[in-house]
Amino acid sequence: MRKWILAALIVAAIAGCKSTEGDKAAPIEEGAPTATAPAAGSGATTAGATTPGVAGTPAATGTTPASALRDPKNILSKRSVYFDYDQFAIKDEFKPMIEAHAKYLQANRGARATLQGNTDERGTREYNIALGQKRADAVKKLMVLLGASEVQIETVSFGKEKPRREGHDEASWAENRRVDIVHAGE
Amino acid sequence: MRRLIVVVLAFAFLAATPARAQLTIEIVGGAGTTVPIAIVPFGNESSWPLGITGLVGADLARSGLFKPVDDAGIVPRPTRAEDVRFGDFRARGVDAVVVGSMRPLGEARVEVRFALLDAVKQTQLAAMTYVVTPAQFRATAHKIADVIYEKLTGDVGVFSTRIAYITKQGTRFELVVADADGGNPQTIVGSNEPLLSPSWSPDGTRLAYVSLENRKPVIYVQSLATGARQVLANFRGSNSAPAWSPDGRRLAVTLTKDGGSQLFLINADGTGLQRLLTSPGIDTEASFTPDGQALLFTSDRGGTPQIYRIAIATGAVERMTFEGGYNVSPRATPDGKGFVFVRRDGGRFMIAIQDHATRQVQILTPGPLDESPSIAPNSKLIIYAAQQGARGILAGVSSDGRVKQRLVSPAADVREPAWGPLPR
Repeated sequence: MRKWILAALIVAAIAGCKSTEGDKAAPIEEGAPTATAPAAGSGATTAGATTPGVAGTPAATGTTPASALRDPKNILSKRSVYFDYDQFAIKDEFKPMIEAHAKYLQANRGARATLQGNTDERGTREYNIALGQKRADAVKKLMVLLGASEVQIETVSFGKEKPRREGHDEASWAENRRVDIVHAGE
Repeated sequence: MRRLIVVVLAFAFLAATPARAQLTIEIVGGAGTTVPIAIVPFGNESSWPLGITGLVGADLARSGLFKPVDDAGIVPRPTRAEDVRFGDFRARGVDAVVVGSMRPLGEARVEVRFALLDAVKQTQLAAMTYVVTPAQFRATAHKIADVIYEKLTGDVGVFSTRIAYITKQGTRFELVVADADGGNPQTIVGSNEPLLSPSWSPDGTRLAYVSLENRKPVIYVQSLATGARQVLANFRGSNSAPAWSPDGRRLAVTLTKDGGSQLFLINADGTGLQRLLTSPGIDTEASFTPDGQALLFTSDRGGTPQIYRIAIATGAVERMTFEGGYNVSPRATPDGKGFVFVRRDGGRFMIAIQDHATRQVQILTPGPLDESPSIAPNSKLIIYAAQQGARGILAGVSSDGRVKQRLVSPAADVREPAWGPLPR
């Protein structure tokens, strides 16, 4: 059941990325109120997340330790979301990882993160800054739907200016079409 | 003359270091017709190691519109208009003749005189006298080339203008300002993080640019006279794509502080932020029209990135490009007749120009990765960034597509050219 709700939320988030208004119907309207449900209850990846009673407590009392971010066995050590050419849609394979980071922020309300958008080298510099921003914004939108707070996440873009791989081939381009999740202090 | 001194003084106070890599410009394709011109070495010119006529000839040749003709064999060499025997020059196919002289005045000052003659009509077209120091010879040569260019083509010369560009060498980025011929390069910012989008203030005294040194795009404005800079826009999110208004009082910028990449206006001192538009998608890469009343910009509101125009007073938005699925980076031409932009077609990124009156598009460059077009103040020449092998280079193309230049740097990757205004 819980998984089912999560799936619905993800669908809602993606729908939200694509069209702004329009569908007054089901998924977005229903998704938003239930967004608090996983937060209150569980979080498969953030075991022991805050109860409704302590939601307003400052960060330090969060129950997911910051060390989890660096534990290579923890999904939180994964930071990169990859995209198809000219696309900002988040692929299913990255959703569990994005959810884990959202839950971490939810459990640590004082924690902050930056989402850094990147593009491959094709396209002009300034338009790629905007494209990278759109990718970072898409990841943020999903994280907020999954429990992170708007104020915890800043989205920025490097466009094509800071390629992780310098090659001029599809493998390099695929590596560079990316949003990196960077937690404050890292 | 006063203008020349002001220009040179500005350079003298430029708090900057000489850049290592000077650009040299090669012509790789010429206009169909060129004016054969004889530039006779000035009388007494050999008294100074750095002369003037060599630079004048190089300027004119690089424009692609002139063919310097050797004057060898004409004895004695004329140095005054009245000494020119037109028959000597017509026999060599010369249409225009430049003669002149240089005379020391003491205190390291030199009087430079020149005259431009029409060898066909046998008339004098221009004559000027300058009093300069040898340090001003380069600037004087560019001035003379401007006079010749203007008299013979009817267009304003841009040899006295400057260009800004970004170099990347290893992990080092530099914002460089140089003369339009690539000479006299000065690094005004160096950084280990990327720099991009330099934009000249209309009076040529300041540059706005984007730096990633704070792990996000932040817009700075820097004075060329003092090297001092201030943050123009450092809001939450990304701050990019600065473009000066023609009156120099404000800039259009792209900010994401309220979500999405959106256009704002901001005063040149960072005050008075004002949102220009609210759109669901990307709005960026603003460029003021020369009258300051409108902006061209890139938006993906229609599904693909296309160029739009907004009237600032009314907010009315009009789509400008319709062919192709990727038209970006509009730059209004200073003559108000149209705009240059980048079109992607079949995976190739090419520089194109669109005429407002006819909506005709002319593709000016072959690609495959051409971008960042910037137009000379006379609207005749476009400088842009291109890829040669794995290296970034700058290239030039005339706005009719006929003259093609390549600006070669010995070492660094060069990109993001911005053509400065006419000197005031």
